[in-house]
Amino acid sequence: MRWIEGIIEWGLFGCALLSVGTTVGIIVVLAVETFGFLREVPIADFLFGTEWTPLFANPSFGVLPLVLGTLLVSGIAMLVALPMGLLGAVYLSEYADDRVRRTVKPLLEILAGIPTVVYGYFALLFVTPLLQRLLPGLAGFNALSPGIVMGIMILPLVSSLSEDAMRGVPRGLREGSYALGATRMQTSLRVVVPAAFSGITAAFILAVSRAVGETMIVAIAAGQQPRLTANPLVPIETMTAYIVQVSLGDTPQGTLEYRTIFAVGSLLFLGTFGLNLVSAWLRDRYREEYA
Amino acid sequence: MTSAGRRSIIWRRRLDRAFEGVALAVLILALGALVALIWDIVADGASRVSWDFITSFPSRRPEQAGIWHALTGSIFLMVVTAVLAVPIGIGAAIYLEEYGGRRFLARLIELNITNLAAVPSIIYGLLGLAVFVRTLGMGRSVLAGASTLALLVLPVVILSTREALRAVPGSLREGSYALGATKWQTIWHQVLPVAFPGILTGLILALSRAVGETAPLITIGAVAFVAFVPDSLSSPFTVLPIQIFNWVSRPQTAFHVNAAGGIVVLVGLLMSMNAVAIWLRDRYQTRGLT
Repeated sequence: MRWIEGIIEWGLFGCALLSVGTTVGIIVVLAVETFGFLREVPIADFLFGTEWTPLFANPSFGVLPLVLGTLLVSGIAMLVALPMGLLGAVYLSEYADDRVRRTVKPLLEILAGIPTVVYGYFALLFVTPLLQRLLPGLAGFNALSPGIVMGIMILPLVSSLSEDAMRGVPRGLREGSYALGATRMQTSLRVVVPAAFSGITAAFILAVSRAVGETMIVAIAAGQQPRLTANPLVPIETMTAYIVQVSLGDTPQGTLEYRTIFAVGSLLFLGTFGLNLVSAWLRDRYREEYA
Repeated sequence: MTSAGRRSIIWRRRLDRAFEGVALAVLILALGALVALIWDIVADGASRVSWDFITSFPSRRPEQAGIWHALTGSIFLMVVTAVLAVPIGIGAAIYLEEYGGRRFLARLIELNITNLAAVPSIIYGLLGLAVFVRTLGMGRSVLAGASTLALLVLPVVILSTREALRAVPGSLREGSYALGATKWQTIWHQVLPVAFPGILTGLILALSRAVGETAPLITIGAVAFVAFVPDSLSSPFTVLPIQIFNWVSRPQTAFHVNAAGGIVVLVGLLMSMNAVAIWLRDRYQTRGLT
């Protein structure tokens, strides 16, 4: 019987090891294809070039327009998701009674569970026409509308993780603050939020990573025109939307144009992986603080 | 108390009330966006949903187009994804929760899984494209799509299964060991049955995420122009979100109406999966208390 136990343990270990295999697979695939790409395009041209026209007859491979497009949309999403998510979390953690919390949290979960293609539809066909009435100069494809909708999509993530961090703050800190005569607002903003700061920051960073990697909303509503601009009213293209654009087209596999999606994917992976690591590190830190 | 001090207290209380109002308004605004989204899509698409719409194949004429190929593709893909991801995910979770302990390697795998859960889904698409579609020669098939989605949902399955295993009281394990059961006998006969509803809830939520995914499947080359029901693991396929994306991307309004109709069906499918998951969770929680 003992050897069967051993086999089972090794089998289960194999299942767990597959997750490491996935990470290794991602890194190897991206590295190999990106290496092939960089053999033909100098890395400085790729990272610092300001023109991205890989599908043209006379191509240029400067990735900055895609990076800036990604940052622009993510920035708008964060302007929506961070203040609203934090305020929502403060309300749920410090003000709301149990009944409100039990109603609101599942509704926010629904908001988080809606497929991103649905948010894309909403951005293109509801929010953009609505914004066009307020801002007549707004193009049909733009960074503003998908940015706002992405912010709404990410809001539940921010509020739920921030709330977890705030609820982890020991009661005694709050009671001390009340005993000194502070109101709930003063307690929330000057005691609870600072005490939960590393957890809240972890939530924010994870949210940025989600925004940077989000694909369908921008592929539907932001356009396919890589351009170096900070203007949220005109069509742009993000890194993820570019990968979708090439995947949908008939670019032959193995060509330089085709390798661009792996090169762009590498940048995307490095960026989000770095953010996720920082976020995980911060989360561990706040766990230790009040363990 | 001085009158200045009293004024300051009144002022601070007002500020507190105002702050509470603003925070509540923000939450209501967020939920209002949810209502607007659902209202907009139902208003656009509900009238389009009919038995004909569900059982028709795609067409160049928007009024005749349907989602049968995409809906069957989505369900087929979900089943294959489940077959691949569920045993591996549960196995990995059992190892990490019951065997791994604080060993260095187990800690490393844990950190890795948390990180994988936050990798953008489109990156999994690039992995699937290079490994499953090209290197393993699966082509743009159901099997390639399901393998990609299985890797994508694996971290979610593992994390939720671990939660469910962790909720099983340690005394149950100790009782089993005291009766002379081996580790695996304890896990198989005692721990898994108790954790089962929790595991199932996590699985349903993970699979509903797979059903809603679009980007990785586009990246491995699934397109909307597949005009038949996939009948084997090697057939090409499309799924509901890709069909919706295709319709949204067209300029004609009639196709937008189709997209909204597709969304109504997709969200209906996801909501019913989530409802089952919530029902299971509630049942589990009440049973846990008694």
